[in-house]
Amino acid sequence: MNAQPSMPPDPAAAYVRLEAVSKRFGEFCAVDAVSLEIRRGEIFCLLGGSGSGKTTLLRMLAGFEPPSGGRIYIDGEDMSAVPPYERPVNMMFQSYALFPHMSVEKNVAFGLEQEQLRPGEIRRRMGEILAIVEMSPYAARKPHQLSGGQRQRVALARALAKRPKLLLLDEPLAALDRKLRERTQFELLNIQQRLGVTFIVVTHDQEEAMTLATRMGVMDRGRIVQVGTPAEIYESPVNRFVADFIGSVNLLEGEVVGLGADDLTIRCEPLGCTVRAERRLECSVGDTVWAAVRPEKILLAEGAPPGPAANCVRGKVREVAYMGNVSICLVEIDTGKVLRVTLSNRAGLAAHRDLKHAVVTLSWDAASPVVLTR
Amino acid sequence: MAGIPALWLAVFFLIPFLIVLKISFSEARLAIPPYAPLFTWLHGLPVPRIHLASYAYLFTNPLYLRSYLYSIMVAAVSTAICLLIGYPMAYAIARAGEAWRTFLLMLIVLPFWTSFLLRVYAWIGLLQNDGLINNVLLGMGLIHHPITLLQTDFSLYVGIVYSYLPFMILPLYANLEKHDPALLEAAADLGARPLTSFLRVTLPQSLPGIAAGSLLVFIPVVGEYVIPTLLGRTDQIMIGRMLSDEFFDNRDWPVASGVAILILLLLVVPIVLLQRLERKERFAGSES
Repeated sequence: MNAQPSMPPDPAAAYVRLEAVSKRFGEFCAVDAVSLEIRRGEIFCLLGGSGSGKTTLLRMLAGFEPPSGGRIYIDGEDMSAVPPYERPVNMMFQSYALFPHMSVEKNVAFGLEQEQLRPGEIRRRMGEILAIVEMSPYAARKPHQLSGGQRQRVALARALAKRPKLLLLDEPLAALDRKLRERTQFELLNIQQRLGVTFIVVTHDQEEAMTLATRMGVMDRGRIVQVGTPAEIYESPVNRFVADFIGSVNLLEGEVVGLGADDLTIRCEPLGCTVRAERRLECSVGDTVWAAVRPEKILLAEGAPPGPAANCVRGKVREVAYMGNVSICLVEIDTGKVLRVTLSNRAGLAAHRDLKHAVVTLSWDAASPVVLTR
Repeated sequence: MAGIPALWLAVFFLIPFLIVLKISFSEARLAIPPYAPLFTWLHGLPVPRIHLASYAYLFTNPLYLRSYLYSIMVAAVSTAICLLIGYPMAYAIARAGEAWRTFLLMLIVLPFWTSFLLRVYAWIGLLQNDGLINNVLLGMGLIHHPITLLQTDFSLYVGIVYSYLPFMILPLYANLEKHDPALLEAAADLGARPLTSFLRVTLPQSLPGIAAGSLLVFIPVVGEYVIPTLLGRTDQIMIGRMLSDEFFDNRDWPVASGVAILILLLLVVPIVLLQRLERKERFAGSES
């Protein structure tokens, strides 16, 4: 149970391995043949909407739900017959699940007491972990006397006190307000690096996943749709679900009309122009595809375009939402389709104010669209 | 709005209590009513005639002291048995699925639909010498003479536990049902085996339910009259029976009132405890 903070994580070692793990509740298949490898020292985020199976997957790792099929290995050991209280894993619950009748101190000591440690050792380790989460002054309080953020820290301390090699976090920041969430995210990262623990985080919040994760798995209806670094998933989503789930995207349906050596041309009816994009996947002429263009990759210029061209359309600004750092414009192009465009707020408020109802030209680079066949 | 409960208590508790208190300090006599007035009028002024003979009699006669102690012992043992049987039942109901839970709770409450007296009489039919239990055992050849089951401590406890078990189960269930199942998962996650989880997480949190259930059994059983009369021993009677005998057989109302007052004093401590607990529960409920 001793994680050595000084030991560098071995990137090649699969610390957690899932082999075709499934979970069925009656007819309903919550987790459908998920195979996954998670490396030592990683922060792996399972991202998905509600009902995507991410929490069920986490609960199977903790041992609260037996899988209906497949195997789970932690550190090379098959976990099938291992009850939760014998797994080298600790979990931070979404509701925190702090023992209401015990003080902060007692909550944190609970796990250590199960290991039959000497009282002095328990006190020392409890003090240590409470200091890390900055909760030492509140050691004698009961959970109901703490704020939401403080409870979150106690829950984290309680889970970390046993020095697990793998910590499971179920929506760790969901109950915190925005400001506190941002601060806590970075604290979590900090603590994770200091203690060298492998984290598996379940979240529905893509921003949270992007900030925390070294790698993430996007889940949809019980399956892992894509695994990759946050940048990989944002820049090269494998299908429309992922493209749409992570960030916002303009999906342009069309038909492949031309194939070059490393580019392709799509005739896009709802757009009224052709889209040229880099060719990064197998497709042939006549295929129906979707070009996914991120709102921040579209260039907006005032005035109508000089003439018809690929990746270039004329439109009229319908709405401008001022967000502070960026403004989001909804631009209705001549065919009636509405595109979302993000403008970074470099020039200040005055620059965007009179954009509403303006006629504009939208254009983008051939490198920007991601072509999806699914 | 506090006026209505106060009025209720005044009319149905305080005034009767004061009447009983008054009688307990009066002198017994053969008349209607069977006691002397507490005040006599002398030259238009009330002169109190407080009579302590009833209490002196109660404290000097070991019969009463023994009866009090026996009642407390019966109540304590019955409470303990109800707790031992009721806790697992309440726990199982609280853990059962939604559909089952309603059904099981209905089974707990179902006996209340028949007369209490009838149910106690039914036990006589089961336990007497030529009752069902003895007949079955005789028929199977396990015994050759009927065993005396009725009018023993055994039959008394059977009757009391049977009748009062729901009063233990219902408050315990109300408490256990509110427990967050995530807490047990958290305990398991932190390395606690199921027994440890129960002792350190479930049990401490169910203490208010245990206390409420125990008091709801203990308090009425101390003064219980019907069950000990029908099922209990004849050589050792409980205080409730004593009270009734003094009132209706001896027609010594002052002594009977004294017995009643002493039962009340005896139960003041647990009753106050119960009320404080209920207030705390309500406070905790409004907090969440």
